Amino acid sequence: MIEYNKRNIRTWSLLGPSGAHGTAAIELAETNPNVLMLTADLCFFSGLERFKSAFPDRLYNFGIAEQNMIGAAAGLAKEGFIPVVNTYASFCTSRCADQVRVNMSYMKLPVKLIGLTAGYAAGVLGATHMSVEDLAFMRALPNITVISPADCTEIIKAVIASAETPDPTYIRLTGPQNTPIVYKEDYDFQIGKAVTIQEGEDVCIIATGSMVYHAMQTAKLLETEGISCTVLNMHTIKPLDVDAIMEANEKHKLLVTAEEHNIIGGLYSAVSEVLCRGGIHTPVLPIGINDFFAHSGSYPYQMRESGLSADLMKEEIIKKL
Amino acid sequence: MPKEDNIIKPCEEAAKRIRRNIVQMTYGTGNAGAHLGGSLSMVELLAGLYVGNIRFDPENAEWEERDRVILSKGHAAMALYPAMAEAGIIEEKELSTFKKDGSRLGGHPSLNGLPGIEFASGSLGQGLSLGVGTCLALKRKRNTASRVFVFLGDGECDEGSVWEAAASAAHYGLNQLVAVVDINSIQYDGYTDDVLNMSPFENKWRDFGWDASVIDGHNVAEILNAYKHKGDKPFAILAHTVKGKGISFMEDNWKYHNASLTEELYKQALEELEAAI
Repeated sequence: MIEYNKRNIRTWSLLGPSGAHGTAAIELAETNPNVLMLTADLCFFSGLERFKSAFPDRLYNFGIAEQNMIGAAAGLAKEGFIPVVNTYASFCTSRCADQVRVNMSYMKLPVKLIGLTAGYAAGVLGATHMSVEDLAFMRALPNITVISPADCTEIIKAVIASAETPDPTYIRLTGPQNTPIVYKEDYDFQIGKAVTIQEGEDVCIIATGSMVYHAMQTAKLLETEGISCTVLNMHTIKPLDVDAIMEANEKHKLLVTAEEHNIIGGLYSAVSEVLCRGGIHTPVLPIGINDFFAHSGSYPYQMRESGLSADLMKEEIIKKL
Repeated sequence: MPKEDNIIKPCEEAAKRIRRNIVQMTYGTGNAGAHLGGSLSMVELLAGLYVGNIRFDPENAEWEERDRVILSKGHAAMALYPAMAEAGIIEEKELSTFKKDGSRLGGHPSLNGLPGIEFASGSLGQGLSLGVGTCLALKRKRNTASRVFVFLGDGECDEGSVWEAAASAAHYGLNQLVAVVDINSIQYDGYTDDVLNMSPFENKWRDFGWDASVIDGHNVAEILNAYKHKGDKPFAILAHTVKGKGISFMEDNWKYHNASLTEELYKQALEELEAAI
């Protein structure tokens, strides 16, 4: 059994999102004989080399052929296996969008799709390897659970939890290697249930993925200005924790959404839809990528250019207050 | 299962009934019309499988050792449903609900409770990958009894994903996988050679590491012989057919890829089929 202790949490953070994915894969292989790992020429990159040594007959490498990989995964799922499928987030969503739509969404086949380097994590490779629209696409597909974990510990919990459900699932991995740690110790993770990281009175930052950590940093900066913040980890984008959003609305003057994603179609849209449907007119400040393609650049550079660093977030929030 | 010598005639007779059903089902759709050409071209291929070969228990549709059939060219559902009726998987009377509101028999197969439909289809180029995954699963389960039949159109093979799947099937040595390609030489916009010339088409399958057999897709004896194939590689049955086969004004006529029938043409089509019987 995997142990969520401080030492492991530090190690997973050093390994980064792919390493965490590989750690979850080993745990799943040891506990569930039906779990299989599928990749498209990214065995090493996705953190599966240890899995490959330990369980060589449970790893399928489909080469650089993502469309076929999704179809084959659907075939395996139909026959009772649990295929956990990875490639770059852009390639496992938009690249093979129709395969995802027909097999996972329409047919509800329980493929567990892992989108590597979502957001800007592969930003030095340019816009082809970034993925800032995957939430919008995946969220629009019926029947698919969409998860965006906040750190490496949550990645492990999400991958393991997804394999235990009968639902097709997309898990988007954000953040660089040496991933900032949100959870220093074990906690309760449930798909569809947001987690309150800290409670405040003025502002609620509803954050997802890598932005949960940045929201925590932002909250610290705002505290020095006398503004107290709640930080809500909205790790599941679909089904959305509507109750948590409603509660946040009741308790705060301002809601902020924070996502390493286009502000169109992702968390901001999802939260706004909930409020709008409820006839609620609370302003929501969107922190995200403002509908543009970034050129290649380092992760910290991209985050600053898009206004996703804590200092820039702080300024935006103060302006809005 | 009857001996092969004894099933040629039953398969041919089933093919005639399937054609009659296709014409009636199309007429039943009124002005909406249906995919006549590519359904009529694969009638013998389906009859040869469903009447002569398939491992399927209508009483136990989830029998582990059943054959899996995947209609990758989903628009030929109108040929599949009557073939399933011939095998007793559905009742013939249900065919009259084809494309009607609330029917299980949609214009493309879907997962709506119809036994024997393994996957939905309609978006071309996806069935062979599903076949790859299914065969990998059968191997893991040590199920060597079942085979996986994927029916593709020749126009469908324009899709690059077909060839991704073909490569992976050979890579993984999936010898339970049978691709049946209905080469009727016509796609929506005209002759396949004019729209996108894929020749030499037959060599491509062998070059991708498959065994392949080129047959006359309306000759039941050749079809049954092809279905007997056993080998170490995935197997492609490359069946040359005639689009709209069996009805003079539809044969080799791209206008009947998807069409409706007037009462006059409906009667003429049935008369031609009766005369052939």
